Amino acid sequence: MLAKRIIACLDVRNGQVVKGINFEGLRSAGDPASLARRYNSEGIDELVILDITATLESRRALADTIRAVARELFIPLAVGGGIRSEGDADAAVEAGADKVSLNTAAFSNPALITTLANRYGSQAIVVAIDAKRAGDGGHFAVYSRSGTTSVNRDAVEWAREAESRGAGEILLTSIDRDGTKAGFDCEMTSAVSSAVSIPVIASGGAGTLDDFVDVFTKGRADAALAASVFHYAETSVSALKDYLQGHGIPVRI
Amino acid sequence: MSSTPIALIDYHAGNLTSVKKALAALGASVFVPASPEDLSDASAVIVPGVGHFDATRALGPDWIEAILQRVGEGRPLFGICLGMQWLYEGSEEAPDVRGLGVLSGECRRLKSPPGSQLKIPHVGWNSIDKSRDASIVEGIANGAQAYFTHSYVAPITADTVASTEHGEAFASVVQRGQVAGVQFHPEKSGEVGLQILRNWLRQAA
Repeated sequence: MLAKRIIACLDVRNGQVVKGINFEGLRSAGDPASLARRYNSEGIDELVILDITATLESRRALADTIRAVARELFIPLAVGGGIRSEGDADAAVEAGADKVSLNTAAFSNPALITTLANRYGSQAIVVAIDAKRAGDGGHFAVYSRSGTTSVNRDAVEWAREAESRGAGEILLTSIDRDGTKAGFDCEMTSAVSSAVSIPVIASGGAGTLDDFVDVFTKGRADAALAASVFHYAETSVSALKDYLQGHGIPVRI
Repeated sequence: MSSTPIALIDYHAGNLTSVKKALAALGASVFVPASPEDLSDASAVIVPGVGHFDATRALGPDWIEAILQRVGEGRPLFGICLGMQWLYEGSEEAPDVRGLGVLSGECRRLKSPPGSQLKIPHVGWNSIDKSRDASIVEGIANGAQAYFTHSYVAPITADTVASTEHGEAFASVVQRGQVAGVQFHPEKSGEVGLQILRNWLRQAA
């Protein structure tokens, strides 16, 4: 049976993981490769490396980070943040990324989704959607530029368009829940997941083990992504998977 | 491992970086042949790939002849994902493109049972259930999980070593003599995938 995936996100800046981390037990504090190694040994299913600054200097550091992680870990690796062109995607893939995640560039240049899907296959193209609730519910407004700019699109409709343009997966982040640890936005996740046939990765709000159970059942998510709950070791990946399995959710053990 | 290198066929169906990295980590010596003639130096052949079956059109008669010649000489051949599907006679994904035909059967699209919420493409970690022993699955536990990403599948036949279920059962590991293949990505399947690659490299050595 197809397992629900647990994905860890590493937010990096100039080659260092920048979200708060419990450094204990890590030899090289803030080093993405060390953190990736730890998650891998705990059984993480996939990694996302997000370049949160996306400046020219950090782009070079990012390639080194991707290389360092891809050299020793043989699980899917997605890279996002500042991928605006074919050249940016090529550099990430060349360094060892299996998937590239497009966000702002997918709005300014939707044809890039198709161009990259034709080049690398849809399985390599993730479209990241940052959205928040709007009005009286049932509508989820999409924002670009790290959640700062409204693009006048509804998340469900944009996810459908991204799929038709060649996206292989949707990474759906709830701006309302991000960083709150109040749980995933299951309603939004379910609305998007039911509307497309490609996998939907839920992100934003992970706090407790039950939040993950909810997003896989009520939210109909195919995968769940989290950062700080794993970094701080509030939840180990293996403990989370044991818990999910105990609740009848298929996971990779 | 082997002293003569293994040919990794690049027909522009996806990116070879991950496969190269995994093989390098296992100590294998790999080269990407520029033309079918270069295959004469190969100790064994890997056909990777991901995406649409139509991409295998790039493997024209010259490539097919060169690869079949190596197989005829008893050199190991390994197909990964789309590369495994290409080992069959063809696929309904691109009916006018023929496969290598070293395994019998046609590939077809996964079917989602009516009313089910199963998603196609099949993306993620799923278990491989062994139906028989074979060198390619040595040391692999029944039910071990591997990373898949595909919409088309190969039929279950006598060549099937392990199957996987997503709405229906399909061949996920196959072996017939020196020809083997996997529907999942061993280069992205953690220790399980590396063990499969080790098994094949031992055969190729």
